[in-house]
Amino acid sequence: MDAFTKLTGVAAPMPMANVDTDKIIPARFLKTIKRTGLGVHLFDTLRYDAEGKERPEFVLNQGPYRKAEILIAHENFGCGSSREHAPWALLDFGIRCVIAPDFADIFHNNVFKNGILPIRLSREICDQLMEDAKQGDNARITIDLAEQVVVRPNGEKIPFEIDPFRKHLLLNGLDDIGQTLQHAPSIDSYESKQKAEKSWMPGISL
Amino acid sequence: MAETKPRTLFDKVWDAHVVEQLPDGTCVLYIDRHLVHEVTSPQAFEGLRLAGRKVRRPDATIAVADHNIPTMGRANGIQEEDSRIQVETLERNVAEFGVPYFPILSAQQGIVHIIGPEQGISLPGMTIVCGDSHTSTHGAMGSLAFGIGTSEVEHVLATQTLLQKPAKNMLVKVEGTLGAGCTAKDIVLAIIGKIGTAGGTGHVIEFAGSAIRALDMAGRMTVCNMSIEAGARAGMIAPDQTTFDYVRGKPYAPKGEALDRAIAWWSTLPADPGAHYDTVVELDAAAIAPMVTWGTNPEAVVPVTATVPNPADEQDEAKRAQLARMVEYMGLTPGQKITDLKIDVVFIGSCTNGRIEDVRAAAAVAKGRKVATGVRAMIVPGSGIVKQQAEEEGLDKILIEAGFEWREPGCSMCLGMNPDKLTPGQRCASTSNRNFEGRQGPGGRTHLVSPAMAAAAAVSGHLADVRELA
Repeated sequence: MDAFTKLTGVAAPMPMANVDTDKIIPARFLKTIKRTGLGVHLFDTLRYDAEGKERPEFVLNQGPYRKAEILIAHENFGCGSSREHAPWALLDFGIRCVIAPDFADIFHNNVFKNGILPIRLSREICDQLMEDAKQGDNARITIDLAEQVVVRPNGEKIPFEIDPFRKHLLLNGLDDIGQTLQHAPSIDSYESKQKAEKSWMPGISL
Repeated sequence: MAETKPRTLFDKVWDAHVVEQLPDGTCVLYIDRHLVHEVTSPQAFEGLRLAGRKVRRPDATIAVADHNIPTMGRANGIQEEDSRIQVETLERNVAEFGVPYFPILSAQQGIVHIIGPEQGISLPGMTIVCGDSHTSTHGAMGSLAFGIGTSEVEHVLATQTLLQKPAKNMLVKVEGTLGAGCTAKDIVLAIIGKIGTAGGTGHVIEFAGSAIRALDMAGRMTVCNMSIEAGARAGMIAPDQTTFDYVRGKPYAPKGEALDRAIAWWSTLPADPGAHYDTVVELDAAAIAPMVTWGTNPEAVVPVTATVPNPADEQDEAKRAQLARMVEYMGLTPGQKITDLKIDVVFIGSCTNGRIEDVRAAAAVAKGRKVATGVRAMIVPGSGIVKQQAEEEGLDKILIEAGFEWREPGCSMCLGMNPDKLTPGQRCASTSNRNFEGRQGPGGRTHLVSPAMAAAAAVSGHLADVRELA
């Protein structure tokens, strides 16, 4: 996973609530055994018509937003399925940060594992950022993870909260499995204890 | 010693699985059961391979292919190349890593959330995960069960743990008796209608109250299955005699004296008196009617007796725009009666409603009736075992006689990853769990209902109130 430190880029405004994972990447594109290559299908139904032609009214089909690195949306972003294809599609398109009033839990977990930073900010502030984002190329937004601030084009700094453990992993591009394996002795002793106390629990063998 | 604080069902299952708590409160949480399917696992196994890691507990892992597989003629192989590659990849991975696997032509094959409880693999008090959001289904056993992404699938394969912080506790109490024609599906749709698609975010919901206690295990699974549609991390129901009776005799469940010891522990899991819930919601079961979703998220739900809402009545501008978009996508007119909506397709199945009880409910309505002209009605059992059982009971004959397609088990038209899809504009009465735009096929229009209501729609040709078919 790539580290996330500081990012300055174009933000795409997407003033929609309940953007579900089927919208982010429809199920028919999940038949892949790779993590890459899904960017072309990001928001497929919103982005293309039935003939596969771009819908000009969709934000990511418009000039500067084709290279957006930040996405700004409304409540409950990423609701629905647990498919990690949703963050993979965002990442493959080039999105490294999503800002919204809140996120669905599983999606919120999944984005962190892929070096994408989800930022929760109030609806009011999201709407201000949405206005900034409408300026396209003329209004780049900066995300400084170490400082935990979003910097608006006018220089105003907006602080945000993040779990310190997750911040540490993102800043250093660390993968969770390596972290957890540092606790291998605890896992071993938990398993021995469980074997003794829950000896009724059968293993699965076919 | 200080008295221990009263704990909820969730608190107890959580506490029993904390391997280690890190200074910031993150826990290394032990996972008892890991269910693996073909869509969200290939990249996880690839990750293990690249890092030279093994599966830590193959004996706590079970794999099955369900999302992609055809529901007709599968003995002839999978025709769609990308689907076939995904299933073959799973088969190669389970062989390489020594993971138990139910092959696609075996009777044990089925939707991962149907087969876990059915095989006695999912048991009370366990932590259960799967790379699928409807893992919440297994919470009906009194377990903590939740969906994870592929990175976490890899994490569990490698370490048998997850890094997690505890969720908040929500209690949803449904008291009273359900009216005739009303089911567990109507309860959960009513709950989502009340708390909204994000109402459960950050919480684990415990479903309780006399109406929940009165449900059989199939109904409890339907309720917990849709916890995620209310945004909850998981749904749980306290284990009781109904649970223990269900577990007894299941192939992979403990037996004899081991089962007695298990039940002794499971009986300690229900919440202590005075346990704290961060949020409490109450519903009156008697006030619940058969429910139908009209829009493109499960919170857009009304009783079957209602009409299509008018977006103009909504005060909030953003919400008004969202409702208008739903009305447009669904091809509706505000004020139109729900029962006037003509149906093209009926889908009965999925991890929400693909159990034998659901097939029975559909057959009870279909018996002696015919699927209306112009309607395609399909019924997809949740597993090979459900299919066998239904055939032993002669339900397949009733349904085929009525004009239903009787198919082979899998996820099917719930998400249209196999050939079972809606075409643009088709309107479907579906017993599945999501009515998102394009969920059942691009441009498809989904109305979520119970199996009885789906069968009623099939024989009526339009959405219909099952209570009037008696």
